[in-house]
Amino acid sequence: MPDALSVESINQLTRDALDELNSIGESAGAEEWRVAYLGRRGKLTGLLRSLPQLEPDQRREVGSEANQAKNALEEALARRTREIAQAALASQDALDVTLPGRPVVTGRLHPTTQIVREICTAFMAMGFSVVEGPEVELDHYNFEMLNIPAGHPARDMWNSLWVDYVNEDGQQPMLLRTHTSPMQARVMEAQDPPVRVVVPGKCYRYEATDATHEWHFYQVEGLAVAEGITFADLKGTLYEFARRLFGEDRQIRFRCDYFPFVEPGVDMSISNFVDPDTGRRPINRDEDWIEIMGAGMVHPRVLEGVGYDPQRYTGFAFGMGPERIGMLKYGIDDIRHFYRNDVRFLRQF
Amino acid sequence: MLIPFSWLSQYVDITLDPDELAHRLTMGGIEVGDVFTRGDWSGCVVGYVRATRPHPNADTLTLCEVDPGDGPALEVVCGAPNVAAGQKICFARPGVTLMNMHSGRREELKPATIRGVVSEGMICSEAELEISDEHEGIIVLPDDAVVGAPLDEVLGDTFLELELTPNRGDCLSILGVAREIGAITGQPVRVPEIGYAETDIGVDTLAMVTIEDPELCQRYTASVITGISIGPSPQWLQERLNRAGLRPINNVVDVTNYVMLEFNQPLHAFDLDAVADHHVVVRRAVDGEEFTTLDGVSRKLSPDNLLIADPAQAIGIGGVMGGANSEITANTTNMLLESATFHPLNNRRTSTDLNLRTEASLRFEKGLRPELAPIALRRATQLILETSGGQAAAGIIDVFPGAETEVPAVPLTVSRLRQVLGMDLDIARAETVLASLGITTRRTAPDSLEADPPYWRSDIAIEEDLIEEVIRIIGYDEVPTTMLSSPIPYHRPNEMTALKDGLRDALSAAGMEETISYPLVSAEDLDRLSVNGEVAGDSQVLRVTNPMSTEQDIMRPTLAASILNTLAYNRGHNDGGFRLFELGRAFLPQTTGLPIEQEIAAGVMSGPRHDANWLSSSEPLDFFDLSGTLATALGRVGIATSLESYDGAMFHPGRCARILAVAGPGAGVGVIGELHPDIREAFDLGTDPVVYFEVRLDDLLQAGPDAGRFESLSRFPAANRDLALVVPTDVPAARVRGLIERVRLVERAELFDVYTGENLPEGTRSLAFRIRFRAADRTLTAEDVNRAVNGLTRALEREAGATVRE
Repeated sequence: MPDALSVESINQLTRDALDELNSIGESAGAEEWRVAYLGRRGKLTGLLRSLPQLEPDQRREVGSEANQAKNALEEALARRTREIAQAALASQDALDVTLPGRPVVTGRLHPTTQIVREICTAFMAMGFSVVEGPEVELDHYNFEMLNIPAGHPARDMWNSLWVDYVNEDGQQPMLLRTHTSPMQARVMEAQDPPVRVVVPGKCYRYEATDATHEWHFYQVEGLAVAEGITFADLKGTLYEFARRLFGEDRQIRFRCDYFPFVEPGVDMSISNFVDPDTGRRPINRDEDWIEIMGAGMVHPRVLEGVGYDPQRYTGFAFGMGPERIGMLKYGIDDIRHFYRNDVRFLRQF
Repeated sequence: MLIPFSWLSQYVDITLDPDELAHRLTMGGIEVGDVFTRGDWSGCVVGYVRATRPHPNADTLTLCEVDPGDGPALEVVCGAPNVAAGQKICFARPGVTLMNMHSGRREELKPATIRGVVSEGMICSEAELEISDEHEGIIVLPDDAVVGAPLDEVLGDTFLELELTPNRGDCLSILGVAREIGAITGQPVRVPEIGYAETDIGVDTLAMVTIEDPELCQRYTASVITGISIGPSPQWLQERLNRAGLRPINNVVDVTNYVMLEFNQPLHAFDLDAVADHHVVVRRAVDGEEFTTLDGVSRKLSPDNLLIADPAQAIGIGGVMGGANSEITANTTNMLLESATFHPLNNRRTSTDLNLRTEASLRFEKGLRPELAPIALRRATQLILETSGGQAAAGIIDVFPGAETEVPAVPLTVSRLRQVLGMDLDIARAETVLASLGITTRRTAPDSLEADPPYWRSDIAIEEDLIEEVIRIIGYDEVPTTMLSSPIPYHRPNEMTALKDGLRDALSAAGMEETISYPLVSAEDLDRLSVNGEVAGDSQVLRVTNPMSTEQDIMRPTLAASILNTLAYNRGHNDGGFRLFELGRAFLPQTTGLPIEQEIAAGVMSGPRHDANWLSSSEPLDFFDLSGTLATALGRVGIATSLESYDGAMFHPGRCARILAVAGPGAGVGVIGELHPDIREAFDLGTDPVVYFEVRLDDLLQAGPDAGRFESLSRFPAANRDLALVVPTDVPAARVRGLIERVRLVERAELFDVYTGENLPEGTRSLAFRIRFRAADRTLTAEDVNRAVNGLTRALEREAGATVRE
């Protein structure tokens, strides 16, 4: 026979139940407890069963108390069940989270590839297309079509590696291209203006190597020819390029230089002033201006050579060394790292 | 080209400090590589050697009584053989900082006792003053040097080291640089006054010149000077040559060099009495003609070489070097001075062929104007009379077959200036700039002019040249900055470049590291790729005539050697497994014309699969690492491939495959396999397997990379069945899988187990597949799947001899 049903007996039952619940440490015990108090034959259920026997006014008071008690026990059970589950998880083997993770193999692109892409992307945003050309080139394209005829003293600027091949005329007409400029003539021969291309690719020179010279290197050439292209457009285009690669505050400067296939010919530098806030230069070189490429207005003889009317069409060309740009951007001290392919070098980019 | 300020300032006032001047010259196209000052010999003075006497204890030393100019004479020990009483010398007192020739460092000069005699200072050589490495003899100063004057005032100087572009040969002369400075700073240029007394005897009566080949010699001018006496040049002349980097020789030769440095015109002096009939003939050499140049070398010539000759023999190679048979000697009394204009291309060819690049040929090959020849001739004649005595015959010989050829005037219009530069430039401003460069102009219309390039410039021929002259002096900063406004040309898709970019991304994402190597390899490299003497690559290779080294003289016919060398290098420097790839070109020669440049992707794997780690054992990378990676990467660029067993020459027998692409050529798009152990050893690649692939990218393009095509997604669930099959060992797994995937309702089949061994009949193996069935239009029932499996097992048994393993 259960205790007489009263507010007091309900409170007493609730206190006993909660005490008991708090001492339970396993989920099985919690289930037993639920059956013991809240189950069909449970103690609270049993108490409530005698509710109809009470007087109506008493019944309301006790009934409300009993409902609160039931809710309290159910809540306590849910909380205790979560605590028990949590404790059970915590008792399982903990991980040493500082152990190294499972290795995932990842590769990367050669730094030259990355820089060439960055350069080409900058010009593609200005409407240039990317084209490529042969690495073994004819004297005709490497020199003649660029206003550098045989015997021209400017040929000294490009010491060449010649291919061991003699044609019917006894000439040795093939060489490893010394610059990507031969593609200027090849592209213009193949299409009418307007032209807007960049040409990335390998070049070769017969030159002693040192920290800043390689006999095998890349160039990115650019060419824009149409009606109305001016030196001012060259400045604007290269200014955009310089900002894109080296940051918004970059300034550019041109000085007169000589390449037989442009006139006027210039060399472009980017600014590298000491930042008054940090006291440092953006590029770790003790120079206010750093030369990064040659450029100029396409020489009328080059245009004539490909059948463009130089009175009607004008254009500009430029050429730069991605390795040099990479060396400036990443502070690489020796160009010879690039093609030695030491993975300790490659993995830094 | 070395430009001493002391000489330069004779022609133009230098109003800028040296660094600023160097900067302005550089911005204008005359690149100054270095500005340096010689001097900083604080405390050193001009001393006077009053008397000398032998050192009591040493034969090679001299005791000198030196007057330092500001006090009593001092006793100085000197070891130089050329010291003598009466000389003005460079004197350093103790306490002065000088180069110590023993330590190789700048150190304070200390009082020293040399063989028992106290030396109260030092008489300096060029080495101690860091002028040159010369320390055999002391410097002897000009007689007019003031005793006691600071040495900096006498010997100190500032130099510009020019790095000239080939078009600006005019700045191979001091006057040329002075003119450039004049244009930049607005200072007037002082060209030396030329004039000298002549005898009554006409030059034509003393000598005669005939040009037989007017094409190669446009102009030949000459003067004759008689009664000269050869000796050393005056000290001022020697000093100027020294500072400009030329060694003084004698008073005649020094003048020719001096005027060359002054005006840019090379000159040559002949001993007139060594010229037969006093008749100079300018002609081509006879084939095989031998001639000894004044450096004593006998040279064999061809008709491509231009000779200066007399009726009997050659006496010089025109514009390159004179002959030993006619040079100025100590006994020369009569001379003929040559100032001529030679053909630049022919001159360059001769000096290149003879490997004889001289100061003269350096200038002639860039093209000199014929107007310059007589100017320089008179200047040099004047100076020879001053330095060597003698009398100049009246007039000059001037044979000028090219006199008729007029140098065309060059036009310049405001409209072209605007068209090229994109800025409006006043014609008057252009005129001012051109005038500052010594270029005379005439207005031909209100907005256009005509310019005459001056005689010292041979690089101004077209309107754009004038535009550059104007803007390089004004400065490019004045040109506005605008964006291209011309139409954007159609962007032609470039499939090869896109494929290469895609493959690079895919291979690197799949764990491989990109390398880029030199495409030149050695014959040994290609030998290393051979097995049993059979060379893997094409036997026809493209060679370079003048390679950087014999290890790099063949344009690679395959990427294998490059990438294996890269692997070998890295194995020597780094631990761990390597997964390397390269996209580059192989060069296949054609019978005529340019070689085929074949775009190749190649890759290699070797070493432990992972760095040592606690989670997995580190098995060596093997064939399946590479084949899985490659299939993933090719799949990523839209090319489905399969492999087919193949016997490749470079590979371990039985561990090599051809790579086939669905739409590619029947012979496949490339090859993959484990390298033959002989090759692995030849490249010193250790004992782990080395797996290699090579794919031809134009074949891949032919296979038509698929950008992807949408297939609708079935709403209905799939059903999986696992099936273990016993298959004859010689049936490739790919064939079994192909047979399964051909069956209707089969979505895909994945091989999840391969087993050989007990419980299986000899010559068979077990292949277990997880097969996924799905229909597009309904949920499959168990019966549907059972029917499909039954059909499938019948087909497998029929086509591949496979049975279901119970």
